[in-house]
Amino acid sequence: MSNWIEVGKIEEIPKQGARVVETAEGDIGIFRTGEDEIFALRDRCPHKSGPLSQGIVHGKRVTCPLHNWNIELESGEVVAPDEGCAASFPVKIEAGVVFLSLP
Amino acid sequence: MKEKLVLVGNGMAGVRTLEELLKIAPDKYDITVFGAEPHCNYNRIMLSPVLAGEKTIDDIVLNSQAWYDENNITLHTGKTVVDIDRKAQKVIAADGTTARYDRLLLATGSNPFIIPVPGHDKEGVIGFRDIYDVDTMLDAAKNYKKAVVIGGGLLGLEAANGLVINGMDVTVVHLGDTLMEMQMDSFSGEMLKASLEERGLKFRMNSSTTELTGGQRVTGLTFADGGELEADLVVMAAGIRPNIELAQKVGIHCERGIVVNDTLQTFDPKVYSVGECVQHRGIAYGLVAPLFEQARVCANHLAGYGIGMYEGSTTSTKLKVTGIDLFSAGDFHGDESTEEVVMKDAARGIYKKVVLKDNKIIGAVMYGDTVDGAWYFQMLRDETNISDIREHLMFGQAHLGDSGHGGENAASALPDDAEVCGCNGVCKGTIVKAITEKGLFTLEEVKAHTKAAASCGSCTGLVEQILASTVGDYSDTPKKKPMCGCTEHSHDEVREAIREQELTSIPAVMTALEWHTPDGCASCRPALNYYVLSAWPQQAKDDPQSRFINERAHANIQKDGTYSVIPRMWGGVTTPNELRAIADVADKFNIPSVKVTGGQRVDLLGVKKEDLPAVWADLNAAGMVSGHGYGKSLRTVKTCVGSEWCRFGTQDSTSLGIKIEKMTWASWTPHKYKIAVSGCPRNCAEATIKDFGVVCVDSGYELHVGGNGGIHVVATQLLCRVSTEEEVMEYCGAFMQVYREEAHYLERTAPWIERVGLSYAKQRVVEDDAGRKALHARFLVSQEVFQVDPWAEAVEQDHIRKDYIPIKKLG
Repeated sequence: MSNWIEVGKIEEIPKQGARVVETAEGDIGIFRTGEDEIFALRDRCPHKSGPLSQGIVHGKRVTCPLHNWNIELESGEVVAPDEGCAASFPVKIEAGVVFLSLP
Repeated sequence: MKEKLVLVGNGMAGVRTLEELLKIAPDKYDITVFGAEPHCNYNRIMLSPVLAGEKTIDDIVLNSQAWYDENNITLHTGKTVVDIDRKAQKVIAADGTTARYDRLLLATGSNPFIIPVPGHDKEGVIGFRDIYDVDTMLDAAKNYKKAVVIGGGLLGLEAANGLVINGMDVTVVHLGDTLMEMQMDSFSGEMLKASLEERGLKFRMNSSTTELTGGQRVTGLTFADGGELEADLVVMAAGIRPNIELAQKVGIHCERGIVVNDTLQTFDPKVYSVGECVQHRGIAYGLVAPLFEQARVCANHLAGYGIGMYEGSTTSTKLKVTGIDLFSAGDFHGDESTEEVVMKDAARGIYKKVVLKDNKIIGAVMYGDTVDGAWYFQMLRDETNISDIREHLMFGQAHLGDSGHGGENAASALPDDAEVCGCNGVCKGTIVKAITEKGLFTLEEVKAHTKAAASCGSCTGLVEQILASTVGDYSDTPKKKPMCGCTEHSHDEVREAIREQELTSIPAVMTALEWHTPDGCASCRPALNYYVLSAWPQQAKDDPQSRFINERAHANIQKDGTYSVIPRMWGGVTTPNELRAIADVADKFNIPSVKVTGGQRVDLLGVKKEDLPAVWADLNAAGMVSGHGYGKSLRTVKTCVGSEWCRFGTQDSTSLGIKIEKMTWASWTPHKYKIAVSGCPRNCAEATIKDFGVVCVDSGYELHVGGNGGIHVVATQLLCRVSTEEEVMEYCGAFMQVYREEAHYLERTAPWIERVGLSYAKQRVVEDDAGRKALHARFLVSQEVFQVDPWAEAVEQDHIRKDYIPIKKLG
């Protein structure tokens, strides 16, 4: 069952950047890559809970602003040799509007 | 179908190449490996500690069978390849096993040189090359008494030391009169001999062996001078020869080694070769350090990327005899065109010699205290001009000012629970464990896996020593250091290309210089953004997404994701109105913490990101602008009260500081940049640990540069004295501009000056009047563009302000 929530227009998220969706369970970062792909991750680095949405987005990765851990935007997996995973959420774009699905 | 890659030689160089290849092209090849020894790949340079009983064979295994299995590599151990059918692209082993290849990698290593004297083939005569030799020596130690090692080089001494530890009576027979003459000069050679004699080794110097005597087994040696020596075991450690037997047999061009080009390709384009069997630009390397660079380049070409050239290595040496610290690098003998700086302290057992040519280090030998070996080696490779630090050179890097790990210089003596990296709380034991369990070899790998030396970097030397004492003689040897993994180009090359090719955007740089990644990484993007802005202030457009969050949000991110806000207070001077506005903001936005900073400003800590624009709007309304406490930019100009109030003040340091701050604020620099102005030599503003410091004196102003109060406390050096405020302003702008134009991103002025020399800064800023004026003018042009308050911009422009708030609030 998927429950799609409208987040906003893709242009509202900076290219190679992110915006935050606030939820009762904590923030979710909505990331936009240089290629205009959209990904959603729990906005907490598995290392020390840094806000990933504030990091530098490069390729399909984001670098945590606190201690430079790299996280794969697609899976939320931390890039080796560090270890860990940030929860990822399904997203889709329809007619330039970004939708997020929460469990 | 995958292509087939066959590796002949299951040793360090070959397997390292496979590891590098698997990192970048894991699915390109079906890989088959042939090894003559019945073992998996092990760390050959750690055989000496195994012989000495300090490590076991298991400790030195680098790739277990599981590693080969996980990577789907077919491993044939104990099978010597005896022929290659180059036409059919097939290798043939002694037992008849064959394997076809599309690409072949020869890494056959080297053989010990067995001196061809009569009797050299007797039982009990061996080389020192592999696990079999170690086992033979350990067996001999149980059953026999007397051993002779022929060759007083690195390997011979390690073998002799190991045999003494195993209870044998050992004599080292050496042809020359200096031990390790490839690595030592005569003085340090004598010191080494003395300490080895204390450990029970005996020496017969200037001795040429003419015959090994005995029956089936060796019982003694005779020498050219007629003398004789009894021996039950003879270890030949008289050098190594590249093992080119196979390559030569199948017609691949060999001279002393298998001849390869800068891509590690042999004369047969399908055949590559790496390691000790190789001859590159006329040199066959007998040390492990060059292998890493060779492996990296070779793997890149095997992967079909075609990037990277091997341009040779400068090597350094450490002897792996526990308790003896010895280091040498480069040309340490010198000749008539060189000069020597020597420090001898026989009572402390310390000897250091640095050989200089044209004010550059070309070689070094150290005995007893080798903590600065890596530092000398770095300067040797970088061809650093040392004339400015010459008087401190022999006292080491710590003497230049290092608060971090100054006195700590014996990594091997540290207990496992000693904290090495104070930033990340990493103990020695953790580092050693990571190195051995994960098979790490380079400083970069240790940093990535353990985080030691990965933050402030002050423990780098210590971590390098731990690495060296754990895996052996190691040194990362690239001639130039690429900016990051996205490129082969160094910082200087990138800056030069940006200037000369008029590259004004990050994508333009990445295209022109063939970046390997589509849009860089978190390390190169901020650097490139800075480089294009500083080179082309009027043409380049700032890319906020390539800035670290602090510069994007104009505030400092804190550990909980909130921000700290520092309004500018010119020269550290404030007013009751400004203080009231700060107090009101703190109340209004429930800011939990208000603190005075080291740079004489007030810091509001714990501001939520979405509150930032409103906080700034209130501060702007009271006349305050961004303090840039978050930026690689001018931070603050710290002042004392000066002649206006102070009974000792010689000049009006406060108003001069304000003038300087009004000129320099909001400029971007390679790293943070701090200025201070003190009103007299009592220096209450601490101007002599700033990037640019002014100390007022009765006759005018002393200008000091290159100070740093951080990780490495570095006091400034005097740039010059001037007599008017106008001159202070001009020199200040000019010095800042030359640093802005030429330093590497994230390089403070202190290390920059250490790299380029104070004389260079003087030449640009003091001696060249026209050049100084031009620099200052360029600084002012750049300031016309950048001197804007980013807070006001964010407050006034909706589209910027929006980025500070959540795109959506749910629940």
